[in-house]
Amino acid sequence: MAAPMLRWGCRGRRWALAWVDGGSCHRRGAPTGSTSNRIRGQSSLAQQPLRTAQKPRKGEHKWAAVVGLEIHAQISSNSKLFSGSQVRFSAPPNSLVSFFDASLPGTLPVLNRRCVEAAVMTGLALNCHINKKSLFDRKHYFYADLPAGYQITQQRLPIAVNGSLTYGISAGKERGQVIPKTVRVKQIQLEQDSGKSLHDDLRSQTLVDLNRAGVGLLEVVLEPDLSCGEEAATAVRELQLILQALGTSQANMADYEIQRQISELENGGEILNETRSFHEKLGCTVSMRDKEAKQDYRFMPEPNLPPLLLYDATSLPTDADPQQVINIDQIREMLPELPSVTRERLVQQYGMLPEHSFTLLNEVGLLEFFQNVIKETRAEPKKVTSWVLNIFLGYLKQENLAVSESPVTPSALAELLDLLDSRTISSSAAKQAGVQWCDLSSLQPLPPGFKRSASQVFEELWKREGKTPGQIVSEKQLELMQDRGALEQFCYSVMKDHPQVVMDVKKGNPRAINKLIGLVRKATLNRADPAMIKEILEKQLSL
Amino acid sequence: MGSLLRVSAALKQGQITPTELCQKCLSLIKKTKFLNAYITVSEEVALKQAEESEKRYKNGQSLGDLDGIPIAVKDNFSTSGIETTCASNMLKGYVPPYNATVVQKLLDQGALLMGKTNLDEFAMGSGSTDGVFGPVKNPWSYSKQYREKRKQNPHSESGDSDWLITGGSSGGSAAAVSAFTCYAALGSDTGGSTRNPAAHCGLVGFKPSYGLVSRHGLIPLVNSMDVPGILTRCVDDAAMVLGVLAGHDPKDSTTVHDPINKPLVLSSLADVSKLCIGIPKEYLVPELSSEIQSLWSRAADLFESEGAKVIEVSLPHTSYSIVCYHVLCTSEVASNMARFDGLQYGHRCDIDVSTEAMYAATRREGFNDVVRGRILSGNFFLLKENYENYFVKAQKVRRLIANDFVNAFNSGVDVLLTPTTLSEAVPYLEFIKEDNRTRSAQDDIFTQAVNMAGLPAVSIPIALSNQGLPIGLQFIGRAFYDQQLLTVAKWFEKQVQFPVIQLQELMDDCSAILENEKLASVSLKQ
Repeated sequence: MAAPMLRWGCRGRRWALAWVDGGSCHRRGAPTGSTSNRIRGQSSLAQQPLRTAQKPRKGEHKWAAVVGLEIHAQISSNSKLFSGSQVRFSAPPNSLVSFFDASLPGTLPVLNRRCVEAAVMTGLALNCHINKKSLFDRKHYFYADLPAGYQITQQRLPIAVNGSLTYGISAGKERGQVIPKTVRVKQIQLEQDSGKSLHDDLRSQTLVDLNRAGVGLLEVVLEPDLSCGEEAATAVRELQLILQALGTSQANMADYEIQRQISELENGGEILNETRSFHEKLGCTVSMRDKEAKQDYRFMPEPNLPPLLLYDATSLPTDADPQQVINIDQIREMLPELPSVTRERLVQQYGMLPEHSFTLLNEVGLLEFFQNVIKETRAEPKKVTSWVLNIFLGYLKQENLAVSESPVTPSALAELLDLLDSRTISSSAAKQAGVQWCDLSSLQPLPPGFKRSASQVFEELWKREGKTPGQIVSEKQLELMQDRGALEQFCYSVMKDHPQVVMDVKKGNPRAINKLIGLVRKATLNRADPAMIKEILEKQLSL
Repeated sequence: MGSLLRVSAALKQGQITPTELCQKCLSLIKKTKFLNAYITVSEEVALKQAEESEKRYKNGQSLGDLDGIPIAVKDNFSTSGIETTCASNMLKGYVPPYNATVVQKLLDQGALLMGKTNLDEFAMGSGSTDGVFGPVKNPWSYSKQYREKRKQNPHSESGDSDWLITGGSSGGSAAAVSAFTCYAALGSDTGGSTRNPAAHCGLVGFKPSYGLVSRHGLIPLVNSMDVPGILTRCVDDAAMVLGVLAGHDPKDSTTVHDPINKPLVLSSLADVSKLCIGIPKEYLVPELSSEIQSLWSRAADLFESEGAKVIEVSLPHTSYSIVCYHVLCTSEVASNMARFDGLQYGHRCDIDVSTEAMYAATRREGFNDVVRGRILSGNFFLLKENYENYFVKAQKVRRLIANDFVNAFNSGVDVLLTPTTLSEAVPYLEFIKEDNRTRSAQDDIFTQAVNMAGLPAVSIPIALSNQGLPIGLQFIGRAFYDQQLLTVAKWFEKQVQFPVIQLQELMDDCSAILENEKLASVSLKQ
């Protein structure tokens, strides 16, 4: 028998954290991903009743996938749901564990006000009915990282019920259209997270980290209104945006997590009424329940927590201690702008397409970046939208960076756009790039002809050398040639060197002049305005 | 000797120092070791606390009535740095890193913690006979009063084999106070576990209203019924300790805000003519000893003769209490005991085939039959298919039982008067003829319904039986009318003048008893 690997170091505590052998590797309930936000899907095939009165004949059945989801989002709070321990990611193992979290006998849960407020706020944002009275229950199962042998959750009477979540699905030829869809929210419940088990297969033992044990979770249960993985993923993404806007959860589910869940749901679509979960190691879904013994959680009311009572303006007792009561109406007033409203505002304020507003919100930090650029530039909002969504986002995607990791600041991009706006630098590159704008969902590599002045400036900015666009333009001599005399000289030289082309122009070949323009631009290292070149050439050729 | 408040006065007047008092109690603990009242004697801690208390007295900075007073705590309350076992193999060697709120409150008032007292394993029992450290012996077994009666009875056997149980599950606490090894002790009361041994040991045993005193740090039996209990030699002492313990605890969400005035000083009732005493007719059961029945009726007469209104009331759902309690208690036990899996603290078996095998063996080795039996029943009642039929129904019955009391009090009754136990303490050998479950069902009959309803109740010693053993009667009050209840109890206590236990012989003889035990164990080894 191996010695315990981890111990709480505090003097006088003899309760040591222990190992368990690695006998059981697949677990109950939610799959434990690297993030604390987990999704459990239940998908099944349901017969859609086409004509309810008639007995359907064979072959008349239409089968449709039905996807319901349970989403666990970690509540953003300083302390855990029922204890004063800090909530912090990547702290040393077992450094954020109170006596209650470790389930020392005699300890009792004390409900965290912040977590209740987060649940109420989320409930309101999802159009739920907030239960003025909700209850806590114990859900029992033995697992090494569940030290009490039960999890406190809200099974019978959750804090919020009967809501809805509206999300948008891309459709149409170019998938540029957004069709609104709605999924019903069955309930939102408060519950504790479990600890984390780390299996050491070599030594055949398991190490337990209780830092996460007792952290508050919001479990959002969606009705099976979703018909495919894409809908499910989009709905989850919208929920994530709402939680982030509310600040009730960071909801920082990685994209792969959603991707993983989509495939899970799609796999699950073949199995009738079986709850399956994704197994990270095996890379496929596995049945969540033991085949041998169906899990009976033996739910029971949590006797150490009185019913959770909430009030509104009309039911609030006059002598209530504000520290001891939660006023739903007050929380309603504190609700921030929700993503759907933000998108509507963007469309109206900046005249952008709805799908652009979706993209702006879907990338973490992109909206803020966009708004900061808008604030600082004279350029048209439409131009800002194009630059941010196409060029800026394109660069980010190419290098797989988050907005927060971008080497280009909003101010720098704003200055670049100002230079463009004042025609100090060429806009042709930007125009060429514009060809790609209509397809925002798929991010293309930069267009071949893009390496012109503005994009050159952008590239320079991307190198993180700390120079402003203005400095780059003057150092690299990228500004448009404003000196007409000099440009006339370039034109004259080009004509002199290419008499055949000049002859072609004079013979009346309309395309030949473009060739001359191209040659002049090349000679000026693309710093000349083609319109001005054309004008000078025409004058010199007396056309 | 005498009451807590009297010795407190002596401390204040400098007639005795905390260290002297502490040493006196420690020597009594040693002399009465054979009672098995204590699981752990915290001698060093107590002496250090006494020293500090002494300094405070010298500097005129006494913390109050409890400063320097020796107390004992049932071994299911967490005590920082002191082993807390619940009389179970499962928690042998477990040293909590924190104090239960009630323990902390006593220590904050300068009380001296003499040790941790014996109990039935995890407080499951009514005899203090089913703990892993062996049964507790009732000090009255060795009292002059009992011994003289026994000499008169030609059938009684001589010697020590016929010692009496204390009742339980807080029997260690009761024995500790009764044998003068401390002045007050904490018990816990889930179905009568404080009142029952108080009655058998001639003490005041008080169960406060649910929600008045914090349970934080009390290792739970049934969370929705557990209440820390107080065992003292008189009602004023219990009231004083209650004053210290009562109040909202941020660590226990089921405690209420500011329910009573503090400090709690009981007035002396001049007369009881404005009182209405209720006598529940369902409590007159055939199993009740005739002696207790007649004392009960004499007590009612006493109130009536002093001008109180005494009326018969009905608590019609009383008879369902035991079976209802069985379902609710075992269900919560099954849940509460789930944390004892051998992983983090307490006992762990040597089996390492798999996690599940380790859990199973650890729990089999760690819990006794009583605990395992309750876990098994509880899990059965909580199964999805049984939940509605058992747990939910039991909850409904519990509500009916609680409503019985509400109706009685709404009919104008101030306090209910009932027996505490069916009979006086019985000899151990007789007690163990029945199993724990049968005994618990019988012995909790008058006390359990009170826990279902969360009411305050107190057992007051009224007289000695024909055998020279204490008999207690119970008063039950409205929720959070603890002070009124104790005021009535104090009046009653004054009227009955219950005799002091005469242990002089025990104190002289105990060395002889100890010698005998030593000889016995030596001969066993041979």
